Amino acid sequence: MCVALPGKVIKTNGNLATVDFNGNIIQAQAGLVEVNEGDFCLVHAGCILQKLNQEEAVDMLELFQELEDLQR
Amino acid sequence: MITLETIKDYLKKYDGEELTFMEVCGTHTAAISQSGITEILSDKIRLVSGPGCPVCVTVASYIDKLVSLSMEENTCVATFGDMLRVRGSEKSLNDAKASGGKVILVYSPMDVIDIAKKNTQLNYVFAAVGFETTTPIYSLMLKQIIEEKIENLKLLTALKTMPKVIDWVCSVDSPINGFIAPGHVSVITGSDYFKELALKWNMPFVVSGFEAIDLLNAIYALINYKDKGEVLNLYPAYVTDKGNKAAQKQVEQYFTSCKSAWRGIGQIEDSGMQLKEEYLKYDAGSQNLIEDSKINEGCCCDKVIIGTINPTQCPLFKKVCSPETPQGACMVSTEGSCYHYYISNRKR
Ligand code: SF4
Repeated sequence: MCVALPGKVIKTNGNLATVDFNGNIIQAQAGLVEVNEGDFCLVHAGCILQKLNQEEAVDMLELFQELEDLQR
Repeated sequence: MITLETIKDYLKKYDGEELTFMEVCGTHTAAISQSGITEILSDKIRLVSGPGCPVCVTVASYIDKLVSLSMEENTCVATFGDMLRVRGSEKSLNDAKASGGKVILVYSPMDVIDIAKKNTQLNYVFAAVGFETTTPIYSLMLKQIIEEKIENLKLLTALKTMPKVIDWVCSVDSPINGFIAPGHVSVITGSDYFKELALKWNMPFVVSGFEAIDLLNAIYALINYKDKGEVLNLYPAYVTDKGNKAAQKQVEQYFTSCKSAWRGIGQIEDSGMQLKEEYLKYDAGSQNLIEDSKINEGCCCDKVIIGTINPTQCPLFKKVCSPETPQGACMVSTEGSCYHYYISNRKR
């Protein structure tokens, strides 16, 4: 029951957002984080928990470099 | 540059000291079992499941209370699907339903608001279980109940929080060398939430996503950070250091920390959340639900949820205990460790 799935916001309407999970469309509550049309987000039990932070991908690469250095 | 292939190869050939890592979250247990990644790990790396499946850690008296509420004349219990089949000291909610109890299944706690508004002649009680991931949703629910003055909807809470139970697991002499920290909990709390524990027990906590590749990366990182009291966030797409502040604020508004009872463990101080005093009129009687009892005396769920044994070591596993005839909560829940070892035919 702790499952959260990533989807894409296709419409917002106040505290509600329409989210598309690969063609499955649901209405989700957006009271915990502000989302806009086009945002990717994580939905749990009908509520959006967070939106995707795209810039962080770069940090991951740095982290792996660090791990690689530890290996040496 | 590290590639997935290098990591797989490393994890397969690893021949250092034996290491045990715990994934605390039930969704990780499910992902690990379904992906089959344990098959490619060296025998020296062991993964064990922790107490992070909300259904598995809920005590019998909480289920008993839901059952008795569902049998009251004007009361209907609303719940997530997983809670239906887990038995209290005598009955499950499914049994209650078969004998005339009123129980409805919902996908989201927010759905009950509309249902309660349409059926004002019934009182609704939502079975509010879950960890830090789910509590903010109950806060949203409460906010709406209060704003719209909905009189016929209350919560029966058995809400849990991670740090104290992880601390407890570390304190009982478990052989753990590091934790795959719960990803969805961290989305709300932030990865810093685990810093204190990492420092105290001098072991790494790696926040991970749920794909096989995320988990392999996490295990690789745990090995490389062995004996380091550090937190690593390998799920930065959705997890920040400090988490979702707005969600945390919502929780603080309505809930306060409390002592909580865990199936097979007992009570742990500050390991749960309950409604603040000023909101207790929205509580359906959650206090003092601490009694626990086993469905089958031979069930080892208490050992499974702290990683002392794996499900295949339980004498009832695949004998009398199966998803059709569960003898313990870990076989009932679709996030339970026993359930996943069973359906994925997982050996280790
Ligand atoms: S296999 Fe069944 S009886 Fe054994 S610990 Fe798991 S749930 Fe309990």
